[in-house]
Amino acid sequence: MAVSVTALGRLSLPRRLAPAFWGEAHLGDRAFRLCTAAFAAGALLTLAALALQMTRASALSLRRFGPGFVLGTEWDPVRESFGALPFLFGTVVSSALALLIAVPVSLGAAIFLSELAPGWLRSPIGFLLELLAAIPSVVYGLWGIFVLAPWLRDTVQRPLSGALGGLPFFSGTPRGFGMMAGGLILAIMVLPTIASVSREVMRAVPVGLREAALALGATRWETVRHSVLPSARSGLVGAIILGLGRALGETMAVTMVIGNRAEISASLFEPGYTMASVIANEFTEAAGDLYLSSLAEIGLLLFGVTLLLNALARLLVWRIARLPDGARRA
Amino acid sequence: MDRYRRRSAIDRLAKAACVAAVLLALVPLASLLAYVAAKGVSGLSLSFFTGLPKPVGEPDGGMVNAVTGTLVLVGLACLFGVPPGVMAGIYLAEFGDNRFGKAVRFSADVLSGVPSIVVGIFVYTLLVLWMRGFSALAGGVALGIIMLPTVTRTTEELVRMVPDSLREAALALGVPRWKAIVRVVLRTAAPGILTGLMLAVARVAGETAPLLFTAFNNRFWSIDLSQPMASMPVQIFTYAVSPYEEWHRQAWAAALVLVAMVLALNAGARLLLHRRAPR
Repeated sequence: MAVSVTALGRLSLPRRLAPAFWGEAHLGDRAFRLCTAAFAAGALLTLAALALQMTRASALSLRRFGPGFVLGTEWDPVRESFGALPFLFGTVVSSALALLIAVPVSLGAAIFLSELAPGWLRSPIGFLLELLAAIPSVVYGLWGIFVLAPWLRDTVQRPLSGALGGLPFFSGTPRGFGMMAGGLILAIMVLPTIASVSREVMRAVPVGLREAALALGATRWETVRHSVLPSARSGLVGAIILGLGRALGETMAVTMVIGNRAEISASLFEPGYTMASVIANEFTEAAGDLYLSSLAEIGLLLFGVTLLLNALARLLVWRIARLPDGARRA
Repeated sequence: MDRYRRRSAIDRLAKAACVAAVLLALVPLASLLAYVAAKGVSGLSLSFFTGLPKPVGEPDGGMVNAVTGTLVLVGLACLFGVPPGVMAGIYLAEFGDNRFGKAVRFSADVLSGVPSIVVGIFVYTLLVLWMRGFSALAGGVALGIIMLPTVTRTTEELVRMVPDSLREAALALGVPRWKAIVRVVLRTAAPGILTGLMLAVARVAGETAPLLFTAFNNRFWSIDLSQPMASMPVQIFTYAVSPYEEWHRQAWAAALVLVAMVLALNAGARLLLHRRAPR
C-alpha cells in the first residue's frame, strides 16, 4: 500500500478517542475486543512458533556439529559431513555486491523522486519502481538465465577478463552464471525496496530545513547534501538494512543464476551457492535426518540474521516515517 | 564568481547523476517486460490453457493444472491470511495503542521480513510431516502466513484513516461499539482494504520458494487439497532450469501470464485508490 502510506506521510496518526468515551457497557463489546486481540496475538505467536520450530528442526545438526557448523567447508551428503561456510560466503558476497550496486542507484532515484522531480513525474516513476518490486522472483530468474547471464558473459565479463584478468576478482573463464550474475540480479531486486523507503524517509524531513538552506543561497544539491541527507541519515541506514535483509533471504532468482556450486572463490566469474539456494535445491531431496536437519539449521541462521536486521531497520525507520509496503516482503 | 560557477556545476552534475540513477533503475524493468512480452506471446497457445504438461517431444503440452493450481493456492492463502489479518488490523487500529499493540505491530513488521523460504521450512515441519506428504493445503498455509503481516498492517492503516466523527455518529445513535466498528468503520474502510488485499494477492501469486516443499508440484490434473498441487511459479522454475527448448517456451508463456496478472492487480489497485482519493 505504498500509495496510501504516501498519503499518510509521517507518523501523524489520527487522534484516538479516549478509552473512557468508548465505554464497554455492552457485553458484545468486550467479546469483540477479546476476539480481535486473539487474532492480533496470532502475529506474535506465529513469530514465536517459527523460532521454536526452526530450532527444533535443526536440533540434530546443532547437537552434532555445534558452532563449528558455520566454519565447516565440507558439504558431503554421502559422508554426512555438513558445514555451512560456502553458503554463508555466497550469501554474504552476493548481498554485498548487490548493495554496492543498488545503494548509489536507489539513493539517487530516491533523491530524484523526493527532491528534484516535478510533481507530475513523481507518481508515474514511483509506480514503475513499485512494478520493479512487484515482479515475481522466479520471473527475474527466468530473465536472468536467458537475458542477463549471456549479456554479462559477452559484454561485461569478456572485456573485463581481457583487461583486468590478472586480478583475482576477474580471473577464470567468463561464463555468465556465477557470483556476479547473482549479485547483479539481487541488486535489481532490492533497488525498489531501498528507493521507496529512502524516499519516504526524505519526505519526512521538514520543509523548513530545505527552505532555510535555500534561503542561505545553497544550491539544490547543497540543500540535499547538507540538510536533507544528514537529518534523514538514520532512516536511510534503516532503508539499506531492509534492502540487505531482502537480499539475504531472496531465493529463486539467485538460485537460477548463481551457478549453485559450494565453492569459495575470490573470482566473481566463478559459481557460488547461497544459503537460501541450497535449501531450495536440496530440501526435498535430502535423504537422512542429519542432512535435513543441517539444511534446517541453515534456514535457522537465515531466520536469525534477517530477524535481527529487520528489528534494527524497523527501529531506525519507525522513528522517522511509516514504512511503505514495498519494504514489506522478504 | 568562479566559486559560484563551480558550485552550480556540481549542482548540475549531481542532478544529472540522480536522473541517470532513475533511468538506470528502469532499464532492467524495460528489458524484462519486453522479453516477457515478446517471448511469452510466441509461447502462448490454446493448448497452454487446456493441456497438461507433456514429456518433451509430444505436442500440445500445457499448464492448465498449474494455472488452476495457482488460483486455488491463492484462494487458500486468502482464506488463511485475510480474516486473521483483518481482525488483527482492527485490533491494532481500534484498541492497539498499548504495549501489546506495539509488540504485535513490531512482530508483524519483523515477520514480513522473514525470508519466504524459511516460512516454507516452517510449514514443512509443521504440516507436511504431520500429514505425511506434500499438499496444496500446506502450500496455502505457507502463502497465508506470508500474506498475514501485510494484511494486518494495511487494515490497521485504513481503519485508522476513518474519521472519528463516523464512530461518534454511530455511537450517538446507541449502536454498541463492536457494531459501530463492523458496520460503519469497517464498511468505510472496505474499499481501501480491498486495494491492499489486491496488492497482497499480487505478491503472493508469484511466490515460489515457500511452495517448493509444501505444495510441491504435480504433473497431473488435481484439485485435491490433500495432494501435491502444481502452480505457475514452480512450473516456471522447473521448466526454466530444464535443458529443453520447448519447455523454455512454456516457461516464458507462464511468466507472461503471471506478470500480466500481477500488473493487472497492481494497476487495478492503483486506479481504485486514485478514484477514491485523488491527491
